[in-house]
Amino acid sequence: MLLLTCPCCGVTAEETEFAPGGEAHLKRFGPGSSDADYESYMFNRKNPRGVHFERWRHAYGCGKWFLAARCTMTLEVFGTYPAQTVEPPAEIVAAIKAKRPEWEGFA
Amino acid sequence: MKHYSAFAIAREAFRQHTGWGRAWASPEPRKSYDVIIVGAGGHGLATAYYLGHRYGIKNVAIIEKGWLGGGNTGRNTTIIRSNYLQDPSAAIYEKSRSLYETMSQDLNYNVMFSPRGVMMLAQTEHEKRGYLRTERANALQGVETRFISPAEVKKLVPIINLDGPRYPVLGALWQARGGTARHDAVAWGYARACSAMGMHVIEQCAVTGVTSENGMVTGVNTTKGHIGCNKLGIVVAGHSGALADMAGFRLPVESVALQALVSEPIKPCMDVVVMANTVHGYMSQSDKGEMVIGGGADGFNNYTQRGSWHHIEETVRALVETFPMISRLKMLRQWGGIVDMTGDRSPIISKTPLGNCFINCGWGTGGFKATPGSGYAMAELVAKGEPGPLAEAFSMFRFREGRFIDESVAAGVAH
Ligand SMILES: Cc1cc2nc3c(=O)[nH]c(=O)nc-3n(C[C@H](O)[C@H](O)[C@H](O)COP(=O)(O)OP(=O)(O)OC[C@H]3O[C@@H](n4cnc5c(N)ncnc54)[C@H](O)[C@@H]3O)c2cc1C
Ligand SMILES: [Zn+2]
Repeated sequence: MLLLTCPCCGVTAEETEFAPGGEAHLKRFGPGSSDADYESYMFNRKNPRGVHFERWRHAYGCGKWFLAARCTMTLEVFGTYPAQTVEPPAEIVAAIKAKRPEWEGFA
Repeated sequence: MKHYSAFAIAREAFRQHTGWGRAWASPEPRKSYDVIIVGAGGHGLATAYYLGHRYGIKNVAIIEKGWLGGGNTGRNTTIIRSNYLQDPSAAIYEKSRSLYETMSQDLNYNVMFSPRGVMMLAQTEHEKRGYLRTERANALQGVETRFISPAEVKKLVPIINLDGPRYPVLGALWQARGGTARHDAVAWGYARACSAMGMHVIEQCAVTGVTSENGMVTGVNTTKGHIGCNKLGIVVAGHSGALADMAGFRLPVESVALQALVSEPIKPCMDVVVMANTVHGYMSQSDKGEMVIGGGADGFNNYTQRGSWHHIEETVRALVETFPMISRLKMLRQWGGIVDMTGDRSPIISKTPLGNCFINCGWGTGGFKATPGSGYAMAELVAKGEPGPLAEAFSMFRFREGRFIDESVAAGVAH
């Protein structure tokens, strides 16, 4: 069972307390953008085998959104961090690099 | 290829079954092929089969990283139906269902297609209205379905509890020609037919890269070296994102785990397939007597072929409510498969941004039923370079153009 720590309220709980929200750090394209940009923002996903940055909501807890770095091949969670970031913070990147030296980094 | 028949069984009985031979060959790869299909699941094998059968393209390799049918083809709960809402879906799923009817004869391989009937329970007023709408849509599409009353449901499924504590049964959408088939046999039968046409089924060989020149595909890198091709078909279900990455594009697809489980075998108690989409569970009985059970998919990206525990609990809870007599059954096995989900819950059979590279994916939780139809449509696309009438609505570019084929409105679960 997946265990996650909510960085908003500090609670560590099983996944049943959280709701997954898909890929994180999407760059939003709205009205006026090209069809290709809008399509890729709305639908196209990295869907990687390995390190994945994703959104979660502490649905049955404090209700807040946060972000997590997780391996999709092992379900290992590298860390969670606030949603108010545009890219993974340095300590999360360091935690991933320590465990996955071959990881190419956030792109 | 040895022809399978009653006569062959009698002949082999007289010589201790020493003459059967292998159903398909395991050759070393050639330097290059006209067409390479990546993924020897049912869809990849069916594509190769129809390339040879309908278009005479037989210099084909089907490359599989594991064993044949070890992906979702060998992990699914084998429900076959075609009562979808949207016209493009009904067309391809109905084509597929009808191909299942003659598959054993066509392949000379018993795939145990059993058109025992599929029932989708309506357990809320909303769901009932939805199925009534589907019934009308199916009538226009030429797909035979009927909305039946609770009394008819009970007559077909005596073990059902119509007055469940949460969601009483208000009726059901019934497709009498739906049913089940033996999943591995579908893969084995196609592999045997492909091998007999001289195609190469190459197992234990993972594709690790896609090579191209001037925007046209030239081959694939594999764990057995580079293999060239004029045309490439990617048919890898849950791993489509990874293959697309190798080919240099991104897909509107996310991979998640879907689970199933089977019980200990019991005496025959239910001879139709029942799906309860509101409470989220479905069940049929295999020929061995096991109750075959499935439920919902997880919500997060996952490649582990292991789903979340609580989904099993939710599924079993829903089914115990619907069929109280199974409450003491022991479950024998439980497993997961990685399914490829698109934004509109409909598949992709499409050209890609890379020239002569085609993709077939996005069947998500419900592509076993589509295996022959999908291969039929994909073979046409690969052979002609342009989609035929069955495939054209399923382009990967429909998301940009806003032409969704929204099946998620039609059913909560889509098996
Ligand atoms: C638990 C469960 C229940 C289901 N129930 C139903 C149901 O009742 N009815 C229904 O219609 N559908 C159902 N489905 C969905 C159905 O199983 C799939 O849609 C269908 O089998 C997909 O077939 P495929 O040939 O495209 O994929 P697969 O059978 O998964 O084949 C893809 C193949 O590609 C190979 N591959 C991947 N990457 C590479 C690589 N790099 N190199 C070489 N090979 C590679 C894989 O090893 C795999 O064998 C269910 C799925 C699951 C998991
Ligand atoms: Zn919280």
